[in-house]
Amino acid sequence: MTFNFTDRRSRFAIVLSLAFLGGLAPNAMAQSASGPEPTTWNSLKGDVFGAKPIEPADGIISIEAPKRAEDAAIVPVDLRFKTDAASGRLKAVTLIVDENPSPVAAVFQFGKDAGVTHLATRLRVNAYSYIRAIAETEDGKLHMTETFVKASGGCSAPAMKNQDEALASLGQMKLKVFPSTAAGTEPMTRATEMQLMIRHPNNSGLQMDQVTRYYIPPHFIDGLTITQGDRLIMSMVGGISISEDPNFRFDFNAKPDEDIKVDAADTKGKKFQNEWPIQSSTL
Amino acid sequence: MIPAPTRRSIIKTGMLFACCGMMHSSFARAQSSLTVTEIASGVHAFRGVPALMLAANEGKICNLGFIVGNESVAVIDSGGSTAEGRELVAAIRAVTDKPIRYLINTHMHPDHIFGNAAFAETGATIVGHHNLPRALAARGEFYLQSYRDAMGAALMADVRIMPPTQLVTDVVEIDLGGRKLTLKAWKPAHTDNDLTVFDQQTATFFTGDLCFLGHLPTMDGSLRGWMAQLGALASIEAQRAVPGHGDVPVNWPQALDAERRYFDVLAADIRKSIADGVPMAKAVTSAARSERDNWHLFDDYNERNATAAFAELEWE
Repeated sequence: MTFNFTDRRSRFAIVLSLAFLGGLAPNAMAQSASGPEPTTWNSLKGDVFGAKPIEPADGIISIEAPKRAEDAAIVPVDLRFKTDAASGRLKAVTLIVDENPSPVAAVFQFGKDAGVTHLATRLRVNAYSYIRAIAETEDGKLHMTETFVKASGGCSAPAMKNQDEALASLGQMKLKVFPSTAAGTEPMTRATEMQLMIRHPNNSGLQMDQVTRYYIPPHFIDGLTITQGDRLIMSMVGGISISEDPNFRFDFNAKPDEDIKVDAADTKGKKFQNEWPIQSSTL
Repeated sequence: MIPAPTRRSIIKTGMLFACCGMMHSSFARAQSSLTVTEIASGVHAFRGVPALMLAANEGKICNLGFIVGNESVAVIDSGGSTAEGRELVAAIRAVTDKPIRYLINTHMHPDHIFGNAAFAETGATIVGHHNLPRALAARGEFYLQSYRDAMGAALMADVRIMPPTQLVTDVVEIDLGGRKLTLKAWKPAHTDNDLTVFDQQTATFFTGDLCFLGHLPTMDGSLRGWMAQLGALASIEAQRAVPGHGDVPVNWPQALDAERRYFDVLAADIRKSIADGVPMAKAVTSAARSERDNWHLFDDYNERNATAAFAELEWE
């Protein structure tokens, strides 16, 4: 394996800390009105992917997001992956919001036989920005797709709405299984759709307390692993651009009668764990 | 480059004249002032326009007010720009010379607090919900940045985020001299820092944005919390109310009917989508569409409300 989990995490950490140190507000926000010339991305991509060439997605990955971020704190993003024999398996997907203070929202990795073809999550979007997804196929090649999102109008801010509630129920999880619409197919040959919800403020830590003048420390989910039995479905190294109460809806090839297990960790070192039995009747 | 005359430079010139012997009150009257109406004895209110905050309207989109007691004045919200705040100060000075002791912020949103800096020299204590400093810490910088685009750098140049220094955790009374106001901090509803003001003498109720009329309500706290507190809001025995947005004054509690109906429709539509497994991105495009003709700014805010409602209600 040329690219393991640890590599990803450290690369992610570098980008994250660059954002923390590097005068994030002026740089990231000043060009909010500059429109679709991807200048931020051009200067950012070397930090994330080095000199590695990035090809157009060409259908291997597609992205969908609203043209305008209605609620800046909760912008739904849909990713679809083509994983046929010709394109090969997707190993990883990096999700980036160019103009956010910490642009790398998340790096997802997928299990070998997970068969994830669709992943929806929710992002914070601070300003007019490209949201881009870069897929890494098994051959190590990178494929990129992007969409442009206008910032929300009005008083919508990428901040928590109900902070006490978020902290009171920290780490609570909910897993929904959506009944398969394709009847008569065998498990492992069809996708099962699931939604994982985790209660967490996913605080940015980039906000200054107006009274104390100290930055509020960051507090977010930085690691997540979803497994079924002993097989990896998906893992994520996440950042502050993932919305509060991180939410992932995805489909994958489920096996009947094996538990779904979720392990999450946040930046304060807290671990969150949960397990759900999956009966074949629900698949 | 010769700078164009700005409001600020005009005011500075005015200050010069003031130093040269003009009466303080005549200076104040020279400054353009908001059109306020005395809706009850000693209770004055300004009606904002149902629009987004723009350079053209100087952010004057929400309702403001002030209450004059025997000894001092309390102001309810400062407006959407320092310019508007100054016009509010001028409107107060046109009515009374009594000191402005309190500036009450009903919640965190820019249209209500961007005028705070205009009160810096009045000596007013800023009063707010105990969650307001935290909310402004999380959003203040973002508000300043994002409204530079909408309202322009000139209008935003002297806007400051000024958090309250006197905090309300439950209910407190403030005394303006023979006139007491009841300030109540609410649980998360429109935001997690909503505060209302009740004038005991005239039973006039300033609701902040817990009551919207005309302007579509916006969700930035908790839809369930808001709906759950409508009963408590309605039970306040007010002769009249000043909503955060809409006509001034309005009958109470009838003024809550429109938003209650909207919340019911929105929550029902979103709950059905969640039960049916409809993804958020799709559900928000159809929710509460039947309410479209009943509100200003529906297209600006309804999908945002639906998004926030979806994220909240799917935890039920």
